[in-house]
Amino acid sequence: MASIRDIKRRRDSIQSTEQITKAMKLISTVKLQKSRAKAEASKPYYDMMYDTINSMLRKSGSIEHKYLKAGDSKRKAVIVITSNRGLAGGYNSNIAKLVLQDERLEPELTDIYAIGRKGKESLGKKGYHIAQDYSEVINEPIYRDAADITMELLDAFGQNRIGEIYLVYTSFKNTVTQIPTLKKLLPVEMAEGSEKTDLALMNYEPNEDEVLDSIIPKYMSSLIYGALLEAVASENGARMTAMDSATNNAEDMIEELGLIYNRARQGSITQELTEIIAGANAIS
Amino acid sequence: MADLFKLQIITPERKFYEGEASMVELTTTEGEIGVYRGHIPMTAIVAPGVLKIHEADGIKEAALMSGFLEILPEKIVIMAEVAEWPEEIDINRAQEAKVRAERRLKEQSGETDIVRAETALKKALVRISLTK
Repeated sequence: MASIRDIKRRRDSIQSTEQITKAMKLISTVKLQKSRAKAEASKPYYDMMYDTINSMLRKSGSIEHKYLKAGDSKRKAVIVITSNRGLAGGYNSNIAKLVLQDERLEPELTDIYAIGRKGKESLGKKGYHIAQDYSEVINEPIYRDAADITMELLDAFGQNRIGEIYLVYTSFKNTVTQIPTLKKLLPVEMAEGSEKTDLALMNYEPNEDEVLDSIIPKYMSSLIYGALLEAVASENGARMTAMDSATNNAEDMIEELGLIYNRARQGSITQELTEIIAGANAIS
Repeated sequence: MADLFKLQIITPERKFYEGEASMVELTTTEGEIGVYRGHIPMTAIVAPGVLKIHEADGIKEAALMSGFLEILPEKIVIMAEVAEWPEEIDINRAQEAKVRAERRLKEQSGETDIVRAETALKKALVRISLTK
């Protein structure tokens, strides 16, 4: 059995770990509220964007446009949004798993555009080619970042270096549920069905082609921006849950160690007493 | 007094404006336009310019940099990537941007740079004109 001192040292160390996890939980709770509000504020823009693109493509069903069909290149670009810091439960590994399990994304034919250091590291180890690293972006995402990333990807798409573009991020449902999601960005594909037959006449100025040229990049930026904001909210949600259970576990361990410690202390007192009594008896 | 229509201006960060207007003036890639109620449905691309919202009681102005607009029978939606009210504009930054863009235009290096510098200059001028 461990000595009293060892037990005490162990208990103290767990206690200080608990303090850290508790503080981290509080911090992520605050950050979660902020990032969540931000994600919600960006929702109307994204929804409207989606509706517009959707109705545009449906109205002009047979339209030919470079962004509506896959490029010739076999390579695929994947934007992977993870966090720069760990201690967020399964948040980062779930994203990596999603990429690894997808058969469309073979390591040799995939370019990773990493946002977040954790995803970059784990996918880099598995043999994926990291084409770009935008890890600072995730600390404080602004719309400009999303627009810049979009421009770079569309450049690569235009030069036929990549044929398709995917986006992997953690979508935020609520504080306890976050779902790793994979979306295809290019070529643009729209959900079939849901035919709201309001195919009112729409004029495009200057013309459909140029309007699509301008709107599709904006659509991509809005998707990436929305994904960034949701990912930040998810990260904080995941960290909050992880730190909450870590704090609970630490509490349980401290309680248990407290019991063991007291038992050991009592044991040593009893032993001392018996020794004194035995000694006194021997003298008399 | 012209009839009112619903106007929504949405940016990625927030709902920039939501209200009723009798006319809205803005700049598209094809030139400046003014839209009243009953305009034919149209989608156009926004170019940097001053946005003027004619409300029932006065005119509101804002800087509108990029995005597109959708004119529907009952409402107009402007999807703006960047939009600012005059009080949000940082005049010093705009002045600096203007100087920088002008310098780049003088140097003349490569075609894409010129297009970019011209847009930057236009944006700076719009911002400056609104704060005066």
